[in-house]
Amino acid sequence: MIPELGHFALCLAAGLALMQCVAPISGVVLRRERWQAMAWPLAVGQVVFTIIAYGALTWSFIHVDFSVRYVATNAHSELPMFYRISAVWGGHEGSLLLWVLMLGAWTLLVAGLNRSLPRDIGASVLGVMGAVSCAFLLFTLLTSNPFERLIPAPPEGQDLNPLLQDPGLIIHPPMLYMGYVGFSVAFAFAVAALISGRLDAAWARWTRPWTTLAWSFLTVGILLGSWWAYNELGWGGWWFWDPVENASFMPWLIGTALIHSLAVTEKRGMFKAWTVLLAISAFALSLLGTFLVRSGVLVSVHAFATDPSRGVFVLMIFGFFVGGALLLFALRAARFQVRQQLTLFSREGLLLLNNVFLSVAALAVLLGTLYPLFVDAMGLGKLSVGPPYFDAVFAPLTMPLVLLVGFASAVMWKRGDWSRLRRQSLIPIAVAIVVAVLMALFGVRGLGVSAAILLAVWCMAGALAEPLRITLRRSRVKMGRAQWGMTLAHIGLGVFVLGVALVNHGSIERDVRLVPGETTEFAGYAFKFVGVARDEGPNYDADVGTVEVSRDGKAVATLNPEKRYYRMGGNPMTEAAIDISPLRDIYVSLGEPVQGGAWILRLYVKPLIRWIWSGALLMALGGALAATDRRYRLQSRAARAVTAEAESVHA
Amino acid sequence: MMAVGALVVGAGTAVALALVAFQSNLIYFYSPSEVLAGELPPQARIRLGGIVEEGSVQRSGSDTTVTFRLADCEQAIPVRYSGILPDLFREGQGIVAIGTYDVQSGFSAEEVLAKHDENYMPPELEESLKDKAGTSCMPVANT
Amino acid sequence: MNRWVLIAPILVVGVLIAIFAVGLTLDPSRVPSPLIDKPSPAFELPSLRAPDQLLTERRFAGQVSIVNVWASWCVPCRLEHPLWMEWAETSDVPLYGLNYKDAPRDALAWLARHGDPYQAIASDRAGNVGIDWGVYGVPETFVIDASGRIRYKHIGPLDPTSMKNTFRPIVEQLLQESGA
Repeated sequence: MIPELGHFALCLAAGLALMQCVAPISGVVLRRERWQAMAWPLAVGQVVFTIIAYGALTWSFIHVDFSVRYVATNAHSELPMFYRISAVWGGHEGSLLLWVLMLGAWTLLVAGLNRSLPRDIGASVLGVMGAVSCAFLLFTLLTSNPFERLIPAPPEGQDLNPLLQDPGLIIHPPMLYMGYVGFSVAFAFAVAALISGRLDAAWARWTRPWTTLAWSFLTVGILLGSWWAYNELGWGGWWFWDPVENASFMPWLIGTALIHSLAVTEKRGMFKAWTVLLAISAFALSLLGTFLVRSGVLVSVHAFATDPSRGVFVLMIFGFFVGGALLLFALRAARFQVRQQLTLFSREGLLLLNNVFLSVAALAVLLGTLYPLFVDAMGLGKLSVGPPYFDAVFAPLTMPLVLLVGFASAVMWKRGDWSRLRRQSLIPIAVAIVVAVLMALFGVRGLGVSAAILLAVWCMAGALAEPLRITLRRSRVKMGRAQWGMTLAHIGLGVFVLGVALVNHGSIERDVRLVPGETTEFAGYAFKFVGVARDEGPNYDADVGTVEVSRDGKAVATLNPEKRYYRMGGNPMTEAAIDISPLRDIYVSLGEPVQGGAWILRLYVKPLIRWIWSGALLMALGGALAATDRRYRLQSRAARAVTAEAESVHA
Repeated sequence: MMAVGALVVGAGTAVALALVAFQSNLIYFYSPSEVLAGELPPQARIRLGGIVEEGSVQRSGSDTTVTFRLADCEQAIPVRYSGILPDLFREGQGIVAIGTYDVQSGFSAEEVLAKHDENYMPPELEESLKDKAGTSCMPVANT
Repeated sequence: MNRWVLIAPILVVGVLIAIFAVGLTLDPSRVPSPLIDKPSPAFELPSLRAPDQLLTERRFAGQVSIVNVWASWCVPCRLEHPLWMEWAETSDVPLYGLNYKDAPRDALAWLARHGDPYQAIASDRAGNVGIDWGVYGVPETFVIDASGRIRYKHIGPLDPTSMKNTFRPIVEQLLQESGA
């Protein structure tokens, strides 16, 4: 009964979403205030029914109702409660529902916090978000209904994929989705601007906090995915350039470009059409990320073979939103063109370069990710693009970006001032050089790594310079949260780059064959393989190895890498043992037993790998801080007053 | 004007760079039969997909080297790899190996990828494991 | 020139979508069976229950019949099996089994456990007949009309809904055809 209720609620939500789209947008086009005003109540209704549907599916999982096909394929009667709730988004159908739920959350946030928007803009934004909700609800209902019954109900379910039974992977997809879905807000604002033909500083100010917040979620989502892969996959890597990762990285790159171009649009009234185009692209790539990853199309276009209706539907949704928005863009964007002189040596000039590099980077990833698909689709053979391609392209693209970041606060809008720049960048440059030289003296040498250290420290020092100056001089200028957020994010970028540079430069890995009692010297550490014992976990048996790590005779850590054999599944799972410290990780994973009682072990020493995730986390925190700046709220109120005034003048 | 010029040059260089890196990093997928039929450019780094032949896995007694035979429906190729094999590597299992092929020494793999879970197999591998009539010759596990 | 710059994005995306659409339609595994409306391919196979008897396609002549391809190793077959048990009890249309790439001992044990709804079962141990019939996943179910032509093919397990809404109506329509 409950699943039917959920199904019914989903149908109602789809209906309401359709109205949430049609009423306000036609209200805007036909200038009917009444219709526009319906956006808010309709949106609330749609979200309420979506929540009910999601609740019903969760209920079916909690009560492990195997007569629901989706539950039967993704749960097991012995699945702990924690995983039952997260199993709701363990498969395609449920993750779509989660997507719609999050879109609902964003809709409510936008509707609730942006009451100060001019009515027509607000109505268009909610209308566009309604259209997106409607498309996804229809997709769920028509091709991927999670409430479909399976009668007779099987006595036992097929269980959640054991790889997904991990706390890191529980929050990874929702975070990623919050990011993906969040870009729909920027998209909705962009379309609203195209519909109304108005795009001003106030518009940019409304759009900025939403975009930044979505970007922060996406950053956390990607970071969690990377961290999980490092811990669970047993390969010691933190980024694999596989299509699934790339699919989340592309919207991140474009989202980053969008955040920066929005700043120019707000402060200088330039890059308007470009900003709109970026907002559309960020959402398009999010759509690509959502669909293609879940449905396996990034691995092969033929993955849709099992259900071509899904493929066609996805293509229709993509074509409708992206094609529709770009059509509007082609018709309307000419209005946004500004004839303004742009000097390269100015903050907007630097941000333009930032945008160029980020977009080219995104294009490079897109090329590497989609090209194998195209070749496959055309029947020309099977190929893949290896990580060396991405590494080769990324280093030269990110280095100049990091260099630019260091100038962020030293170059002013409109026209930079050389003497001011010299004054302000002297100390950061000095700090960077000193650090790079020191590191080189301590053995971290090499053209690439030294250049990366130089740039990373320059970027951090440059970011810190402005707040330090303001604090030290007790200047009357107060830094707002937006500026603090920017500072934090830029420091995060430096920390991240430093981490990447040192991990790439200094990590050492080795596969060794050891008999119990044997010791191997590696990267300055001595690894003594004590032996392997059999152990029993709650639902698995395990071979537990013991490795004593010491340095110069002093014990550093005792590590217990495991090989687990789950009694249900039968797949062995490698659980690496990691000794964590801020400056380096020691990572040991247990391979297989070989002749003579020996085992194969994989040893890694990875310097500064924690800095990679810490840097990403700082970026996300910076974004969250910036998004909550009071300025956005206060000024949007002020802007509204101005707009209202302008309107009354026109009338 | 300067700005636009600089942009065009910058973007152009970046794109050219990307394309060069791209060209040299495409890795094609081959099946053992295709490799033995001589369809391979010499020295090419490829992805080789097939089934690990039953009873063919041999660990060296002294180091971390492992050898096994990788087969499709018709042919099999000896593969040599040094290091830890992935968790899901088993005899009778479909895997993909990345490396180079040499007529004398067989295939030397730098990396061995096993499928992620019970239900998933790289589609190109699945396709290469079909005989000419399109029927899979993948051994079916009894459940 | 500016106009073109603004139009370029939609052109690019249009091309992208077109390529994806081509990719979707090129999919080799979705081609409908070329055997539809053709006479069922000839075969000569031992009966599973009585290996010394041979079964051939001539068995299908003169009446509407169903051929279900199954195997003891096939998990979804177990899902749809109750439907065939019910079919055997409620319908006069004969149901034949094609036991695909299976050891006869396993197959018989499986039938003993889950019930045997088949009028006769051909044992296609090597899978050659399966290839002739274009089988690429088990279970598959063929409907053959009174003149011996394949009229419908269902890939994968039947569930109660598809049985009721698609499969049964097709069989009933064929029965009417042959009756008229």
